[in-house]
Amino acid sequence: MSLDQNRLRLDQPSNDDPVVPRRGRGTELILLVFAVGISTFAYINVDLGALGEVPPDALAYMGTFAAVAGLAHIVIRIRAPYADPVILPIVVTLCGLGLAMLHRLDIADEAARANVQLTWMLLGAALFIVVLFFVRDHRILARYPYLAGLTGLVLLVLPLMPVIGHDIRGAQIWIRIGGMSFQPNEAAKIVLIIAFAGFLVQSRDALALAGRRFIGVDLPRARDLGPILIVWLTALGILTVQNDMGPSVLLFGSFVLLIYIATERISWIILGLLMMLGGAWAAYQLVSQVRPRFDLWLNPFDDPTNQIAQALFGLAYGGTIGTGLGQGYPDMIPIAESDFIGAALGEELGLAGLTAIILLYALLVSRGLRSALVLRDPFGKLLAAGLASSLMLQVFVVLGGVTKLIPMSGLTTPFLALGGSSLIMNWVLVALLIRLSDAARRPAPTEAPSYSDDAVTQVVRLR
Amino acid sequence: MNSPIRRVSAGCLLLVLALLVNITYIQAFWADELNARGDNRRVTIAEYARERGPILLADDTPVAVSREVDGDFKFRREYPEGALYAPLTGHYSYLYHRSAIERAQNDILSGEDDRLFVRRLIDLVTGEEPKGGAVKLTINPAAQQAAWDTLGNNKGAVVALDVRTGAILAMVTKPSYDPNPLASHSIREQREAWIEIHGDPENDIPADPDKPADNRAIAETLPPGSVFKLVTAAAALESGEYEPDSVVFGGAEYPLPLTNRTLPNQSGQACGSNDETTITNALRMSCNTAFADIGAELGDDALRDQAERFGFNSRPLTKDDMNAATSRFPDDPDAPQTVLSAIGQFDVTATPLQIAMVSAAIANGGVLMDPYVVQELRAPDLVSTIQQTEPEELSRAISPDTARRLTEMMVDVVENGTGANAQIPNIQVAGKTGTAQSAPERPPYAWFTSFAPADDPRVAVAVVIEDAPDTARSDIGGGRLAAPIAKAVMEAVLSS
Repeated sequence: MSLDQNRLRLDQPSNDDPVVPRRGRGTELILLVFAVGISTFAYINVDLGALGEVPPDALAYMGTFAAVAGLAHIVIRIRAPYADPVILPIVVTLCGLGLAMLHRLDIADEAARANVQLTWMLLGAALFIVVLFFVRDHRILARYPYLAGLTGLVLLVLPLMPVIGHDIRGAQIWIRIGGMSFQPNEAAKIVLIIAFAGFLVQSRDALALAGRRFIGVDLPRARDLGPILIVWLTALGILTVQNDMGPSVLLFGSFVLLIYIATERISWIILGLLMMLGGAWAAYQLVSQVRPRFDLWLNPFDDPTNQIAQALFGLAYGGTIGTGLGQGYPDMIPIAESDFIGAALGEELGLAGLTAIILLYALLVSRGLRSALVLRDPFGKLLAAGLASSLMLQVFVVLGGVTKLIPMSGLTTPFLALGGSSLIMNWVLVALLIRLSDAARRPAPTEAPSYSDDAVTQVVRLR
Repeated sequence: MNSPIRRVSAGCLLLVLALLVNITYIQAFWADELNARGDNRRVTIAEYARERGPILLADDTPVAVSREVDGDFKFRREYPEGALYAPLTGHYSYLYHRSAIERAQNDILSGEDDRLFVRRLIDLVTGEEPKGGAVKLTINPAAQQAAWDTLGNNKGAVVALDVRTGAILAMVTKPSYDPNPLASHSIREQREAWIEIHGDPENDIPADPDKPADNRAIAETLPPGSVFKLVTAAAALESGEYEPDSVVFGGAEYPLPLTNRTLPNQSGQACGSNDETTITNALRMSCNTAFADIGAELGDDALRDQAERFGFNSRPLTKDDMNAATSRFPDDPDAPQTVLSAIGQFDVTATPLQIAMVSAAIANGGVLMDPYVVQELRAPDLVSTIQQTEPEELSRAISPDTARRLTEMMVDVVENGTGANAQIPNIQVAGKTGTAQSAPERPPYAWFTSFAPADDPRVAVAVVIEDAPDTARSDIGGGRLAAPIAKAVMEAVLSS
């Protein structure tokens, strides 16, 4: 951390002593070698543990991973040379661990989901490259916040449309077009965060105005409550109609955090938490899927075959160092391949492995938040902070759910869980984080004749 | 905007910490409890994937082994002798858990025991497949087989003890069950075998009325009847008020105090002339009225005290965790109840093990050794010893003097009295018969307990027969039915 701070100080423009800042591409390359290595070894380890032999396609597997990582790395070198060097290696490692666990579950269930997921990963990496090529400056995303907001809402309600809408395990969050299933809320999440950030940059001054004081907290003015109320109602609406808690929590939570960052007023957080509790209570009363999940959280052993009990048994069986890949019984956890992949990894990699995975997420999030701190434009700051904190929220909600810290709500575990829509949209999210970190670390143009004038023009151009 | 971003970062850090603390709690601290839960199938499956250690007899004959088979579960538990050793081995089942030694010594057999920790660690490093340790029992196969064969079709149980150590040499119960189908990897086969024994209340299938899974030798208490007269006689001699040739009441009937009922002798006749007899005579003839009189004179406290020094009112085999039943002498009998208790009726109940303990204490100069069935625990290499059971004194039940006199009286029972069927050529046997009434509608329980050789005792035996389908009710008696079985078991032990 101190090294980076030094580097940030070096990044500051200095007219008399131009310093070439470190780009970190070499670091990224070395870390990627490790990431590809870990992924390949995990894959080999699964077969050694479960079948006692080295998989025949281990080299091809490593080649695929190396190709994906290498291509992404080259594109970063061209399009985002100052990007944070840690982000891509973390993502590749997480994908590798997720694929290894899916392959492991495939062996147990005699399925072939890992291949499908690998294809999705290639598609995700392709989209990553597309985003880096076409979004050359993140500020173009701020141009149409209302359009983005509308797009996000349409994506959210798509699964409720007749014909294409489709429900799996009681949650109506899928659309199916031509045999392909897709969860549009994964895309909606990113589009809506972009929309929120854009909207808040425009209206944060009004939202920051104090209204009435209540128990020492300055409440916002009633008329400014409009946006948060709309999002809150939308979130509750999705929850009620689609019967799924996760996306609502994520949507609402991200928005509250963004509005807090934009206005710097803690009252929004307090208000948000109160509304979250109110929403949870209402959902407990009204939504069919919420109450059993809550009861299951409190009494997981009433039915020892249920997910939470099996996840806990799995985690306990793995213990401190885990059973080793391929040597536990993660297939006993219902839907271990998606929502509960965290528990499956915790069983076979143990407390040590699960801690490492959580720390990888933490590092990824911290890199996003660091970009938010360093970025100079408000939209970029908001977007980086929003994407990073939404990722954190998502990880907390899903991993906290499978480990009985909080009630389980349906959300995918980013990069690990089976599911193409989630995987490719998370690659898009990472592409944006790369773009933002590149902007954050890129030295400001030093040869600009009048720095302050330029800054003003930039703000004008934002609109 | 930077200060709220920093606060959000701190919030994210808190979320990460919450996740880490929670998984640390689950995987490092809660894990043992979760793994020990009965509804946790993972642990069972893992257990089946590991070679479970064998259960061995005193001569290292295995009576429970794990054999590698094809299928989801790598090893199947097999019991080569089936029903013969079922009360000892118990069963090992996926659906119906475990019983007896399979349950009590599960940690050693499965290899999970803390004492095997270092070995597991070595296995982990060397990549060796972890295995379970072995449990060696005290059982003498010849004695076990002899008891099983001579019990025949009768319903009953036999226990034989090494009088000098307390080691259990034979533990037979009939009818028994075959634990093999319960260990089957076919759920259907397990279920059918279980239902055959225990019934299925959901489908109105009744349990087997003979309760073949009950261990009659140690876990079922019955009225001991006349074999309890040994305890009463011991109490009399220990009191100092009586000698073996002391003259006691010996009439045909004893009037129960506080009632207008009388207690008759089995024969209906007096035990001596002038309604008088000696204790030696009374024991030889199993005279009810004489021991009723002695019991009335001694009182319930003296009887209870003597019974407890023989092991009544405390649970045996707790070290081996074998779920043995506690034999009882009643807490607060009134005068007529005390009289009935003195001849082993009323609420006096005993297991065959308890009756064998009475004989063993008399045989061992009055010193009662704590019975045990696990001789040794061995490491997974099946050679190195983890733990060896050292014989322990349970109590000084009677003085050596009383022991010697009782032995003489019991020899007299076998040589001249009701226990003649237990005689062994060239070896002096000491014994006592018993025929206990329980309910008017069912036949009496036939008991016999003995030890041999009387001059240098090694083995004590107790036999009970609850039901003898091939014998007429009037012929059921300890001397006739049970004594030959005791004889066979003693012979088997002495010749091995």
